[in-house]
Amino acid sequence: MASQQQLTTIKGAKVLMVGAGGIGCELLKTLALSGFQDIHIIDMDTIEVSNLNRQFLFRQSHVGQSKAKVAREAILKFRPHINISPYHANVKDPDFNVDFFKQFNVVLNGLDNLDARRHVNRLCLAAEVPLVESGTTGFLGQVTVHVKGRTECYECQPKPAPKTYPVCTITSTPSKFVHCIVWAKDLLFAKLFGDKNQGNDLNVRSTDDASSSEHAEDVFERRKDEEIEQYGRRIYDHVFGYNIELALSNEETWKNRNRPKPIYSSDTLPNGLAQQNGNMDKNYATDDPSSVSAMASLGMKNPQDIWSLMENTRIFLEAFKLFFVKREKEIGNLTFDKDDQLAVEFVTASANIRASSFGIPLHSLFEAKGIAGNIVHAVATTNAIIAGLIVIEAIKVLQNDTKNYSELVFFVVEHLAPCVLYLMLAAPECDICHVEPHEARAPNGRCVVPVDPFENLAMFVSEVLSELPSPITSGTAVTVEDLKQELTCNINIKHREEFDEEKEPDGMLLSGWTQASPEEKDDNKSVGNGVGASDASKTAPVEVDKNDEMGSGSGKKRKLPEVSEAAVQDCSNVNDKSINHKRLELVEDDDDFLMLDEEPGIYKKKKLQ
Amino acid sequence: MDGEELTEQETALYDRQIRVWGADAQRRLSKAHILVSGMKGAVSEFCKNIVLAGVSSLTLVDDRIATEEALSANFLIPPDETVYGGKTLAELCCNSLKDFNPMVRVSVEKGDLSSFGGEFFDKFDVVVVSCCSIATKKMINEKCRKLLKRVAFYTVDCRDSCGEIFVDLHHHRFSKKKLEETIECELLYPSIEWVYYSYSGCQFSNELYLLIH
Repeated sequence: MASQQQLTTIKGAKVLMVGAGGIGCELLKTLALSGFQDIHIIDMDTIEVSNLNRQFLFRQSHVGQSKAKVAREAILKFRPHINISPYHANVKDPDFNVDFFKQFNVVLNGLDNLDARRHVNRLCLAAEVPLVESGTTGFLGQVTVHVKGRTECYECQPKPAPKTYPVCTITSTPSKFVHCIVWAKDLLFAKLFGDKNQGNDLNVRSTDDASSSEHAEDVFERRKDEEIEQYGRRIYDHVFGYNIELALSNEETWKNRNRPKPIYSSDTLPNGLAQQNGNMDKNYATDDPSSVSAMASLGMKNPQDIWSLMENTRIFLEAFKLFFVKREKEIGNLTFDKDDQLAVEFVTASANIRASSFGIPLHSLFEAKGIAGNIVHAVATTNAIIAGLIVIEAIKVLQNDTKNYSELVFFVVEHLAPCVLYLMLAAPECDICHVEPHEARAPNGRCVVPVDPFENLAMFVSEVLSELPSPITSGTAVTVEDLKQELTCNINIKHREEFDEEKEPDGMLLSGWTQASPEEKDDNKSVGNGVGASDASKTAPVEVDKNDEMGSGSGKKRKLPEVSEAAVQDCSNVNDKSINHKRLELVEDDDDFLMLDEEPGIYKKKKLQ
Repeated sequence: MDGEELTEQETALYDRQIRVWGADAQRRLSKAHILVSGMKGAVSEFCKNIVLAGVSSLTLVDDRIATEEALSANFLIPPDETVYGGKTLAELCCNSLKDFNPMVRVSVEKGDLSSFGGEFFDKFDVVVVSCCSIATKKMINEKCRKLLKRVAFYTVDCRDSCGEIFVDLHHHRFSKKKLEETIECELLYPSIEWVYYSYSGCQFSNELYLLIH
């Protein structure tokens, strides 16, 4: 297939693969078949059963072993003379520095998280090595090529932030099942089985703040000589009954929302029935904590079933009991793990009971696990297609084929139509790939002043803000981000001529507050209870340390009132427009199927009532 | 629909793909029987994918003896001549494919596919044909279309950087969810003979649907 010249290029290429999972296995196979002979592969994970449906280099017997190492062995079975160097390590390890990256002709990503992708992007820019990025979810996938100076880098396009929810939606006014999951996982499960020293928003604040916080400390602790069943019911009644009654007492909250119903265990699972709750023998028979399961104990086999309120109650109480009886040592140290069957059962049951209370549809364990565990759905075929595209692009990169590569983003969409091809031309205005000292572009008001804290800070500090290329004066909104973009700070500048030398020796004053959790951004839809979300968010006030330096501290967004946010939002919109971005769409009506024009009229579509 | 549940083992193994196409589709897959003829690169890829997906059985037909050339785009063939020497492509691929998913029964059928009668094809739900003449493809397609049971028919071939695929699902009924509604749809597929006759040499692409019956 390839020309002689291509074959030579391929043979001499040194390739780094980051990730040996879904994409990685297919990619390694395709690289090997295409004639590549020197491949390095980094992956920190070990093999799990759920990988085996698509990571075909692995077998049941490999579960628990290093992906990178096993992948290499599997490939060598049909291409014994290739050099494959596996690293069972985290690509963020300092060993994988710029010099390490410099030895490669191209880097191919098969990662599953934004953080690692950003990290690799920056290293590739620093090492000036081309990067072929990719990702898949279900039937969707894409491949992008990033070459410093010629194309956008991976971070030129803003990536969507992970979904978060306002605290009060979780604690008081859930409207979707996912809110109940978050409550069950991050509040209830954490409170009962996690680190006791962690702050927890579990108890709804009533009008009577003082008494409730003290009261709360006692409630979740097991009382002396308290029977486990009684303890379980007491907790159940507290979170699903008492706390709901408490929330209902605040009339204001429910003016425009459906009222939740308090739920008590004596109603959902009368004591008589409870005696039949659970065949503990099934669990006593084994000492293995990981096989302990409330479903097994209760003879409930199908994770796809949607349990009734009574069944959920049974699972709740049984799982609760099993944690204390079979896994007592772990209590206080547990964090939710999607592969922990008992934890998933407990969270599912808790979320369902809460959902029931708020009139939200219940979900099966299977569905709940996916939501709670952020499981990415995946099949082999998408990865295979994407791997093929990666290699095609990689070969172009290696040949320096500037005309044909570098601008293609290929979206593979189910049903073949619609299929969208994006052409991204160069000339990005990206903070990451254009970091020059003191260089600031100001497209329509947005000014970016990159500062390397170790080299340029001294120079930077001596400058006058108003004399920067894009001046910072009174009324300017400044966004401060650190190099890793994990910490952000928005500052509204107000100029003042005089400062008190004693009280304000720095000649500046920093004031404001941090949010407990970031605002939900796209919360304009009314869901379920028919309420617009804008009135729902109350931020929990937090003490501000006035000595806190910019960009350091808790990693939470500081927010001054509306002006600053509006300013930042305007800037980010403008920034999007200023990126040179052409789009070529093959548009097909979602209803139609891809057929040729001259197709004789045998295509039929009936709508049956 | 079907009373049988997936086993615990299946649920654990197929978790990620069940989240894509649902438990019902997975159950149907677990009952499907696939016939494949012509073990070249694209077909090997297909075999890998369909075995991973968890069908009931996969039957391979290819009596050609393995050569070094056959290795080049086929990762299912071991490179050691002492291992592959003298064996047919179907046998070698079968041995490799068995490993990918112990729950799928992979086997070899010897003989010339075009000589098999309709009752042979009736054992399968899906027939995939590659590396054979147009006449053979037409003949097999006709046999499949004559059966009472719907047997889905595919041909696939690759050459250099071009690939072609033909799909014949005969009279295909399926449901489509749109918002809250479920719409019943039907598609009538032409035979490969009709296509070749009408388009005299043009490549024709039908849409590829997930194999569900």
